[in-house]
Amino acid sequence: MFRNQYDTDVTTWSPQGRLFQVEYAMEAVKQGSCAVGLKSDTHVVLATLKRSQSELSSFQRKVFKIDDHMGIAIAGLTGDGRSLCKYMRNECINHRYVYESSMPVGRLVRQIADKSQVCTQRSWKRPYGVGLLVAGVDPRGPHLFSSCPSGNYYEYKAIAIGARSQAAKTYLEKHLESFPSATLDELVQHGLRALQSSLSEGELTDANSSVAVVGKDLSFTILEDEAVQPYITALKEDEPMQTEGAAAAEEQREAPAEGAAAAEGGGQAAYEAALREGEGPAPMEAD
Amino acid sequence: MAAAAPYQIGNPLSKVHAEAAEGHKTHATWSPYDDNGGTAVAVAGEDYCLVAGSTRMSTGFNILTRDASMLLQLTDKVVIASAGMQADRKALHKLLQHRNVTYQHNHGRPMSVSATAQLLSNTLYYKRFFPFYTFNLVAGLDEQGRGAVYNYDAVGSYERSGYFCQGSGKELIQPVLDNQLKAASPLLLPPRNSITALPLDQALDLVKDAFVSAGERDIYTGDKVEILIITKDGIRRDELQLKLD
Repeated sequence: MFRNQYDTDVTTWSPQGRLFQVEYAMEAVKQGSCAVGLKSDTHVVLATLKRSQSELSSFQRKVFKIDDHMGIAIAGLTGDGRSLCKYMRNECINHRYVYESSMPVGRLVRQIADKSQVCTQRSWKRPYGVGLLVAGVDPRGPHLFSSCPSGNYYEYKAIAIGARSQAAKTYLEKHLESFPSATLDELVQHGLRALQSSLSEGELTDANSSVAVVGKDLSFTILEDEAVQPYITALKEDEPMQTEGAAAAEEQREAPAEGAAAAEGGGQAAYEAALREGEGPAPMEAD
Repeated sequence: MAAAAPYQIGNPLSKVHAEAAEGHKTHATWSPYDDNGGTAVAVAGEDYCLVAGSTRMSTGFNILTRDASMLLQLTDKVVIASAGMQADRKALHKLLQHRNVTYQHNHGRPMSVSATAQLLSNTLYYKRFFPFYTFNLVAGLDEQGRGAVYNYDAVGSYERSGYFCQGSGKELIQPVLDNQLKAASPLLLPPRNSITALPLDQALDLVKDAFVSAGERDIYTGDKVEILIITKDGIRRDELQLKLD
């Protein structure tokens, strides 16, 4: 009832002790399309659903490489996401320049959180309207963090953010026990199935799914279009209700076997292949 | 000038001022630069590019190490070789490497040879009034897959050529290459091809022979030669042992 009175300024508290502007910013994250993250003992996987404005436009990029050992998935205001991405990339490069080593994931996430918090306590600023899933590997192992506009951040074993993420979270909670020892392929499959649960209509295709993987010996690699197709196909194959005939199902069984093997062993190669074909994902500035 | 020593007691610069007063120029004794020696050579071919650098690092008449690399492999297709001062080489290579990462983030693909060439030129000129003491070569394959070699002075003036040498042995090797790779010479007018028609193995032998000869006369060139061979299939590394004297 009193929401409208206390929500104009980010620097105004409500009588219940809430900052409505910050909560509204978190609402923007919930409006973004779903992004799922999960990790095993060796790898971290991000699976995201790309939206497109209309049939004529391209799909909005959701996953960004920050450094060889780290990358993010965003949900919410893309502009804010790109701005944070630029900041993170710069920080990683500077860290490498000064210390000749990769930036520890948790430290960079904390820096983002501190940056976000500042925007909740200045009258001339507004909170960032984007939630980040940060996937990275450092000497302590694989990490998955989630940061949000409030300046809060947590480390996760698995998490989903964005529209209808609760369905994805339910799936993740159900299968949590199997993640630590899962292989990379299994982890990606889990990620995509969790993502699928968040779909209200339509289905996952190579055009609207974007997957990213990173591991101790695997540079952060984005799998899109052709690179993600084998996983999509494998996903469909496991579906109980299939409209395709047995012959088509047989075809699909062969394709994922070699596709998955190629995708598994060729993390870096897939990235380079993605880069070469049509010069990879559209440059950030053109989005 | 009449007055011999204007400021006498307790001033450490009294000698300097005295000599200046008498018309003698005095110079600072400390220099921020040091030449760590070494020679670098690059040759561009039809579908390959060779770049080689000696691995001896010296100061004055002493050897500091026999195993220092002059070459920076920026991408699958681009290598930068820098002869001169090791500290400036390391700083320059570090800077270029990080600029390359930024470029890849923004463009979604690695830098081309021509982009790298321009970036290096700009980076060097940025320090026009306190230069990097490095004498650089950029080597790689251009967008058409043909070999490309760019040579620089310390402040970024550059030109594409078919071959070039830098470093302590450059005056020994450059004339040999001019003689053997005449068609690709940057000295010819009108400017001709900036690649040599020589096949890879022959060009490699030529470069190796050149280094062996330079190692005989130039005391700063020796120990080993690190050679990178850039083709469309990637970058291959070769090594040539030289005399340790």
